[in-house]
Amino acid sequence: MADALHELSAAELGRRLASGALASRALCEALIARHQAINDKFGAFTHLDEADVLAQADASDARRKAGQGRGPLEGIPVGIKDNVAVKGQPLTCSSKMLAPLVSPYDSHVAERLRAAGAILFGRLNMDEFAMGSSTENSAFRKAFNPWDLERIPGGSSGGSAAALAAGLVPLALGSDTGGSIRQPASHCGVVGLKPTYGLISRFGLVAFASSLDQIGPMARSVEDCALLLDALASADARDMTCFGPSDRALTPAGDARKLRIGVPKGFLGKGVAPEVATAVNAAVEFYRSQGCAVSEVELPSADLAVPTYYVVATAEASSNLGRYDGVRYGHRSAVSGTPVEMMTASRSEGFGPEVKRRILLGTFVLSAGYADAYYVRALRARAKIRAEYLAALAGVDVLLTPTVPTPAFKVGEKAADPLQLYLEDVFTIPANLAGLPAISVPCGKSGRLPVGFHLVGAPLSESKLLAAGRLFEDAHGYAHQQAPL
Amino acid sequence: MSQVPSDWEVVIGLEVHVQLRTRAKVFASSPWGFGQEPNAQVDPVVLGLPGTLPVVNREAVEKAVLFGLVVGAEIPERCAWDRKNYFYPDNPKNYQLTQKDFPVVVGGRVEIELPGPSRNVMGEHKSVRIHHAHLEEDVGKLSHAGGGSLIDYNRAGVPLLEIVTEPDLRSAAEAEAFLRSLVAMLTQAGVADCDMEKGQLRCDCNVSVRRRGDAQLGTRTETKNLNSISSVRDTVIYEAARQIRELGAGRSIAQETRGWNAELARGYVLRDKEDAHDYRYFPDPDIPALKISRETVARLAKQVPENLYDRQRRYVEKLGLPYTAASVLVADRVLAEWFEAAVAAHPANPSGVANLVANDLLRDLTAAVPPIPLSACPIRPASLAGLVKLTDEGVISKQQAKEVFTEMFNTGQEAAAIVDAKGLRQNSDTGELEKIIREVVADPSVAKSIAEYRAGNEKAINALKGPIMKRTQGKANPGLVDQLLRRILG
Repeated sequence: MADALHELSAAELGRRLASGALASRALCEALIARHQAINDKFGAFTHLDEADVLAQADASDARRKAGQGRGPLEGIPVGIKDNVAVKGQPLTCSSKMLAPLVSPYDSHVAERLRAAGAILFGRLNMDEFAMGSSTENSAFRKAFNPWDLERIPGGSSGGSAAALAAGLVPLALGSDTGGSIRQPASHCGVVGLKPTYGLISRFGLVAFASSLDQIGPMARSVEDCALLLDALASADARDMTCFGPSDRALTPAGDARKLRIGVPKGFLGKGVAPEVATAVNAAVEFYRSQGCAVSEVELPSADLAVPTYYVVATAEASSNLGRYDGVRYGHRSAVSGTPVEMMTASRSEGFGPEVKRRILLGTFVLSAGYADAYYVRALRARAKIRAEYLAALAGVDVLLTPTVPTPAFKVGEKAADPLQLYLEDVFTIPANLAGLPAISVPCGKSGRLPVGFHLVGAPLSESKLLAAGRLFEDAHGYAHQQAPL
Repeated sequence: MSQVPSDWEVVIGLEVHVQLRTRAKVFASSPWGFGQEPNAQVDPVVLGLPGTLPVVNREAVEKAVLFGLVVGAEIPERCAWDRKNYFYPDNPKNYQLTQKDFPVVVGGRVEIELPGPSRNVMGEHKSVRIHHAHLEEDVGKLSHAGGGSLIDYNRAGVPLLEIVTEPDLRSAAEAEAFLRSLVAMLTQAGVADCDMEKGQLRCDCNVSVRRRGDAQLGTRTETKNLNSISSVRDTVIYEAARQIRELGAGRSIAQETRGWNAELARGYVLRDKEDAHDYRYFPDPDIPALKISRETVARLAKQVPENLYDRQRRYVEKLGLPYTAASVLVADRVLAEWFEAAVAAHPANPSGVANLVANDLLRDLTAAVPPIPLSACPIRPASLAGLVKLTDEGVISKQQAKEVFTEMFNTGQEAAAIVDAKGLRQNSDTGELEKIIREVVADPSVAKSIAEYRAGNEKAINALKGPIMKRTQGKANPGLVDQLLRRILG
């Protein structure tokens, strides 16, 4: 065997499938076997319907044979975060609340992947309802970082990042509300992109904070990430906030050597670990050496981002999660009584502590007498942050920072201090508040642990982010890296 | 009906919830309609399944805009939705999408007509200000059976327009007149069907009382979920009497939310101010603010029908109709348009047309078993006009016209064809008629009547007409008979 299938990129797998050298069934069987062998060590997947995967693979092979292949993703498995609806598959959000739920419908992205011939491969572990930065908040089982099984993989898309780092799938979907794609990508040494708000339909994405949530691609290389992004984005009348792609958005484009790179003033001082600072500074120097203009930019309201986020996101979440009441689907308490008593008991039993904390916070900030002091002020701060970022991005093409201040921490290390955990997202949150595209690209190691850097661009500048990532990736050895297991 | 003492004034404001006439629900593609199996009209969006999103139904927005244009309201350039959060099982998302800060309709007026002193005399007209109207979603229906609760989500997501008045109404009769006028305007514009039997119109009724002459409004109560005009009327009467009694006894009125038991004709307290919900309103992040283009407004403005009372005034003032006939015709846009089509075919006598339409035609349509809708009326407007024309030209008598009308209604034939087939054409040959009249006048049995007529009793002449009509088998033109008779009698 020349090389193991699980080590190959999606692009390479696509070439082999297209040439007939490889069948989707053989690929899926190999990945299923790997899943059986190692998934339990780090809990990337919470569910894998093997029969369904093989049926999809056979259908793909039959299409290919009939000359009806659907494009570059034909026959390639894509792991699905468990908050993205796939018809006939569980849709649990790693919550006891939705543990009994099987989705009766396909999300827009699931439809897109099926239309591209991809194999919808399993359900990926996550923080409950995408609330968390460590996947410790999964109601089913914690996930671990394949590079160091004592450490967290990041979150909330920790299962997606871990699955990629361990070679369980070549591509995965994540969702990102405050950094939930980029932070685990950084911790697991993979690439994760949060698109411009509205680029990808949220229809079928279980809402956490609707004005911040975006589905995005995750992969072991920028090239693969672009491949998946291209398949996901299309206009969808079922999401009024989705405007669909513009033709310039989706593939690496332009000469990255001509990009103007802004480094926010003082960012590297803020609790950034020395080895992270070293790796990110090296990335800055790399771009400078390639001919990029590097300059310092001011973002005076950046400090407001984390508190603003935790008001806006929890406010929306408190309302979005109202529908989980045991009446129509999901966990229903055995406690009987009035309908409202049953609903209260079902919610008390079904939600985990972090979800409850955020629902309570969000309920508080929207309450009469407090909404003006919290929610309304947060909306103003959000507008200010967005304006500052757009102004900064008028002068530079991308803003470069670390993705996360520190490498992956040990499981349980920050569980007692949610505020400390919330600071994991200090670099990633502004892109969500401002609706901007952002990418995390691996740029080094701290011991065994991967470190990533973060690029934010103007709305619909995905092609620039991908081109910049590609330039870095081509010159370094971090693409396609997998944890030694 | 208890009378409000003359030194007290009742102040009423209404919030009217109307289900709009649309094919699909307001934020989902699921259709809706009355009388379906429970939970037959649901889809993942209606049920609020995880991951589903609302999409605004443009038809519902346009119906709301149309209502605004009907009442002469302002249509703001943009409207937006907010979430009203509360937990109840009839609410699939546990929040309701509504418009708190940017409603689709702002302002407007509804003209109302109070009952006149008699059926034939028009009552006072008054203009009631609309504060705003906003577009929201209806909720499901919860029922309790056999120790459990059952929920039907068919109604969930049905488009509701909530029309909020200023506190301009001053009596139960005014509230009733307002609702009748509003229903007529909504149905005539095709905005809503307002079928109260089907729960398509529900009302929250705010009532306060004050001493006449007081500038300040009294403390109000809100009675929720009244599903008929009579319930609103009864609630106002009950609540005004209760508040006047309380205040008269030196007690105060609590600002509370109340319910109405129609069977017992009694109100009751639902919750007091302390228990008021905190709905935690905030802008819905799933629905971007909606721009309503001026082109859309202009297009919809063309669909606004003539105002009910403008039409009534036109019928009375321009067409010379009696008030009673005019008020019957304008109550139903289809009927009014039918009438106008008939008048267009015979413009000389609108009152004659109105008389047949408002009396004979309506009577026969409703008396049929089953009743016949106007759309299936066996007589066409132009045919009815033909009948009036034949009568006006003296071809047949008014008495004969009734007979011909009945035949037209039963057979759908044209008036002229029936007249010819039955040989009903009136005799206008003066020579023949004069001969008959002279014969009748010569008959000694009428000598007394002739003498009375000549002595100055005008009415005595009528006694001679009966025998003349009998001799001509009713074909004689009554006007001509009268004319000849007077000449012969000198």
